[in-house]
Amino acid sequence: MNFVALQMLLGDRAKYIGLVMAVAFSTFLMSHQSSIFSGVMNRTRSQIQDVQDASIWVMDPKTQYFDEVKALNDNVLYRVRGVPGVEWAVPMYKGLPTARAINGDFRTVLLMSVDDNSLAGAPRRLLAGDIADLRQPDSVLMDRAAYSFFFPNQPLSTGKAFEMNDHRVKVVGIFESSAPFTNFPVFYARYSNAIRYQGRERNMMSFVLVKAHPGLSDEEVCRRIRASTGLTARTDLDFGWQTIDYYIAHTGIPINFGITIAIALLVGTLVAGQTFYIFTLENLKQFGALKAIGVTNWRIMGMILLQALLVAAVGYSIGITMTAAFFEITKNNIDLRGFFLPWQIATGTAVAVLIIIVLASAMSIRRVLVLEPAIVFRG
Amino acid sequence: MTQSEAVICHKITKEFGAADNRNLVLRGVDLKVHYGELTLLVGPSGCGKTTLISVIAGLLNATGGELEVLGRDMSRLPKGDAVVFRRRNLGFVFQQYNLLPALTAAENAAVPLLAGGMRRNHAVERAGELLASLGLEQRRHARPAQLSGGQQQRVALARALIHSPRLIVCDEPTSALDHETGHAVMELLKRMAVREDRAVIVVTHDARVFEFADRIAYMEDGVITRVEVTKKSIAAVS
Repeated sequence: MNFVALQMLLGDRAKYIGLVMAVAFSTFLMSHQSSIFSGVMNRTRSQIQDVQDASIWVMDPKTQYFDEVKALNDNVLYRVRGVPGVEWAVPMYKGLPTARAINGDFRTVLLMSVDDNSLAGAPRRLLAGDIADLRQPDSVLMDRAAYSFFFPNQPLSTGKAFEMNDHRVKVVGIFESSAPFTNFPVFYARYSNAIRYQGRERNMMSFVLVKAHPGLSDEEVCRRIRASTGLTARTDLDFGWQTIDYYIAHTGIPINFGITIAIALLVGTLVAGQTFYIFTLENLKQFGALKAIGVTNWRIMGMILLQALLVAAVGYSIGITMTAAFFEITKNNIDLRGFFLPWQIATGTAVAVLIIIVLASAMSIRRVLVLEPAIVFRG
Repeated sequence: MTQSEAVICHKITKEFGAADNRNLVLRGVDLKVHYGELTLLVGPSGCGKTTLISVIAGLLNATGGELEVLGRDMSRLPKGDAVVFRRRNLGFVFQQYNLLPALTAAENAAVPLLAGGMRRNHAVERAGELLASLGLEQRRHARPAQLSGGQQQRVALARALIHSPRLIVCDEPTSALDHETGHAVMELLKRMAVREDRAVIVVTHDARVFEFADRIAYMEDGVITRVEVTKKSIAAVS
């Protein structure tokens, strides 16, 4: 009878396509919006993830997330270095100076520092230049997004000059950064240069970056730093999640994306459910005839579920392919870089589609199960 | 009871609704349908013919009385068993054919075999052979929308016969057909369906098909008023 069920479904092309499209667009909206949301949230911790040399971040105890920091006193660095289990500790500055190109174009940029001596904290995905060239005077590294803004339509090359807070600086390297939440261009300079570009204040150090002794866990060293200094010390993973949690709790982003995703779920369920129900109603006589002929309720329920699962499988495949294609097409767009379809979202969407289709078919199943087969004798 | 009776109705009642809306449709039907015969059930609209064949076919439960179909006491048949009993022993021809529009003629005719678990290829092949014997060899791959009313009813007849049921129940099989086509369908029904070990019961308004009946049961206001034996039936001969 599976064959009969599939023929019944595929035989009504218009409704079949309507059902599949309802599921497909619902799938696309849910997976696309969830992926964008996940990407936006992931962006809030981009600069934490881009620091590869150290895995512990030390900060003011009241720090809530990466983008809002209270500068630390320079003495903090020495206190952290004195904590047993700390292999090395370096200062880090994070600020938002204004950079201006020769032609006058300017932008607020995200300036991060690396250690003066070891250059610890430097980005790793270099597209041009050399990190060691940061030792040159008035040098910076800039990310691809910054380069395309300040030097549009020019091939990647080092040696170009521009201004940062009225300081003339030179590009010694171009790198690929993880896109920041605020979409600011990202720059790296040595610590001493960075605070000079920004303009000296009493306290300038945003974070202390720490590497734990081999053999000691990051969590253990964090615990020791907290105990010894009274400062907050977090692993990069923890700090990243703390930042994401802050944005989830204190911005409207999750609510807005949540509404879109919920509407996609609701509309998908309603449209698929209504279309499926109408499809069933139009076939009620046929189902009645099958029941009269001796097809059991279980078999009929199986037929309807098979129809529903086929619609779900085809609709989901189309929808998830649309989402994957979107991210594949836009992956090289500077403003959309870093967005992708995580497998967890693909799986979660599949579960949601399954729920949609079960809900959509539930009404139809109920209608057919209570159907009196004697209906077939009524002209 | 004798072996010659496929259906025995004794004081069958059927009422719908409850309390003030109670509607007694069958008021104590007594009827015997014999093997080897085509029995017509006739009567004015609303007299309870359709309700009676629904009860006989096990699609509705009788409210009272005794009903024996093919030797089984239907009132004692559990619901699940009734479905299997129907699938194995009953064939149906409906007024509106009720063919599945997405299936071909052969696939439609094969539905009872598919419902019984037979493999599709085998079932459709058998249905094709049966359709050929009903004069539809060239139309076996056509869908219902591509068939005339008479052809659709012949496909429905094939569906009713394909699994060799012992009782065939037909509801107004000619009412949607012109005289000539209706006549042809009844001829086929008589030729293909009536067997020594099989009974056929036909509900009809159509007086033009009375000539095909072995027995005519007249129904009025929920009871059988008289039964007329029109010809020598197979059972009577044997």
